[in-house]
Amino acid sequence: MAKINLTFKTDLCKGCGLCVNACPKGLIEIAADKINHKGHHPAQITEPDKCVGCASCAMMCPDCVITIERV
Amino acid sequence: MIIFDKPKALTDVPLHYCPGCTHGIVHRLVAEAIDELGIEGKTIGVAPVGCSVMAYNYFNCDMVEAAHGRAPAVATGLKRADPENHIVFSYQGDGDLASIGTAETVHAAARNENITVIFINNAIYGMTGGQMAPTSLPGQVTQTSPYGRDVKACGYPIKVCEMLAALDGPEYLERVAVNNVAHVRAAKKAIKKAFQNQIDGKGFSLVEVISSCPTNWGMTPQKALQWVEDKMIPYYPLGVYKDRSAKEAEV
Amino acid sequence: MSEKVLMKGNEALAEAAIQAGCRHYFGYPITPQTEVAAYMAKRMPKIGGTFLQAESEIADINMVYGVASTGYRVMTSSSSPGISLKSEGLSYMAGADLPALVVNVQRGGPGLGGIQPSQSDYFQATKGGGHGDYHMIVLAPSSVQEMADLTIKGFDLADKYRMTSMILADGTIGQMMEPVSITAPEKKEYDKSWTVTGTKMQRKHNIINSLFLDPDELERSNFARYEKYAKIEAEEAMAENYLMDDAEICVVAFGIAARVAKNAITEARRQGIKVGLVRPITLWPFPVNDLKAAAEKCHTFLSVELSMGQMIYDIRMATDCRRPVELCNRAGGIIPSPEEVYAKIIDIAKKGGNL
Repeated sequence: MAKINLTFKTDLCKGCGLCVNACPKGLIEIAADKINHKGHHPAQITEPDKCVGCASCAMMCPDCVITIERV
Repeated sequence: MIIFDKPKALTDVPLHYCPGCTHGIVHRLVAEAIDELGIEGKTIGVAPVGCSVMAYNYFNCDMVEAAHGRAPAVATGLKRADPENHIVFSYQGDGDLASIGTAETVHAAARNENITVIFINNAIYGMTGGQMAPTSLPGQVTQTSPYGRDVKACGYPIKVCEMLAALDGPEYLERVAVNNVAHVRAAKKAIKKAFQNQIDGKGFSLVEVISSCPTNWGMTPQKALQWVEDKMIPYYPLGVYKDRSAKEAEV
Repeated sequence: MSEKVLMKGNEALAEAAIQAGCRHYFGYPITPQTEVAAYMAKRMPKIGGTFLQAESEIADINMVYGVASTGYRVMTSSSSPGISLKSEGLSYMAGADLPALVVNVQRGGPGLGGIQPSQSDYFQATKGGGHGDYHMIVLAPSSVQEMADLTIKGFDLADKYRMTSMILADGTIGQMMEPVSITAPEKKEYDKSWTVTGTKMQRKHNIINSLFLDPDELERSNFARYEKYAKIEAEEAMAENYLMDDAEICVVAFGIAARVAKNAITEARRQGIKVGLVRPITLWPFPVNDLKAAAEKCHTFLSVELSMGQMIYDIRMATDCRRPVELCNRAGGIIPSPEEVYAKIIDIAKKGGNL
């Protein structure tokens, strides 16, 4: 099975969490221990191996933070 | 293989919108439509006054900033200047399109002006800090309706798609939302169609996008999207309000 | 159309605009300039141009803003109350440095006023009209021929300086018929690299805009614009000097008032009174040098206006208040008669004055 690479342009993230709710597998969280240069807690993927590349997170992201690649 | 990335028609300028504001989603959908139709080089966008006033920084196509409410008139000029070679869209909020610019909106629709209008309805004035909009719901609390919108004192919300559907002029009117993935996909389809109509010379195409304003609604971004589902969509039903070409094809 | 034909001022203006290459006209009906719109409605469809009757003056000036953003020649026309409605757009066009031609065939005011000729929009035209620091180039025709010539000139100046030109006419000049000859001007090339006509994927996007949230940037744009204005003031002021060589009294009048004044001056000259006329053709920039020169030899100025006295302030400013400036005026749509102006000249001559 193809591997999915989900990358976050973390510095553009505003930590709104719309991607968190969008992920059907619950794989995205807001990183409470990280702060980006805008001062937000950015989103991150918890278990990248489980991502199926449905792009729901990216569809809901208002800031084009997420890039998805199938490798 | 990249299966999702920022569309090329968007610049690299970071959006100034509040966290969770759905303007960013709609900007992306517009840019995706421009990319997929291959029209960036001939597209001219018109930015409004309101939260999306600086939309001119975010699209790679040529852009014009219009006075408050006047975007359809400015778009008319841009389109008429060279109808064969200009693809023109306006991007407007509810105060801009349905209050101060009502006349420009109605008459551009009545003329079936061959332009694409993206209308963001989030039931509030965002840029000025959360005042009552022409589309604020009955009872909705805003800075200028602190006890809730009293329809006896300030009237009822304007349902733009329903109002314009009464005109013979416009080609295509659809109301969509961006509060969940399925709705975003539908919104994308509608926005692309609104541009395709212009390419095909069919005329005035408006997509009303039910959007959220977490900051001025005083909600988390997630709760705001739930409020769209629970309160906004029942008052502003989604769907196609007019599609002249599709109707003619049926007959 | 180089041979002389008899035309109304408003029609001569419209035909001259077409000869100048204007292919886009947006307007809204208002008396006394409807001939301009009617002429455009007939002609534009025949030459592949746009005539559009907008839903309001607010909309039409924004349609002008749209076409002007693309660099094509574009115009609108109206009369006083309509110009007030366009003033929002005029301010935005100034802020975005857009070239266009706007015609005001003035009628009496304030408010709905009347439909008879007036010059009471002088302040509005020359001092800005809309909000913010800005000017328009203001041209004041005094004949049907000038309605045509200054229209062509107005388009050229608009393109040359990337700003709005206004033809400030009045109901009389607009409605009167005179022989006129209109020739297509030589086509000049102007820088259009700033326009929005699609990037064609060959350049960075252009943005037409008047919003600057950074005060330093906004201040810089204002100062840069005023440097341009200073150049226009130095180079583009125009006036007609009539019998001014030996004049001791200087009448100042523009438009229809200047024609009346000339009749009065002719009569006064018959009586041996040394009186002449400075007729501003550009109201902004105001022909300051002509008035300064007049102040060297004339003891008194007389401003003849179809208003409560507006240009009179610019005469005082131009002459540094060195000479008394008197006023002969009618308002409300009434034109001063040559007899009224003559009587005022006689009055001034009797009083005499010091140099």
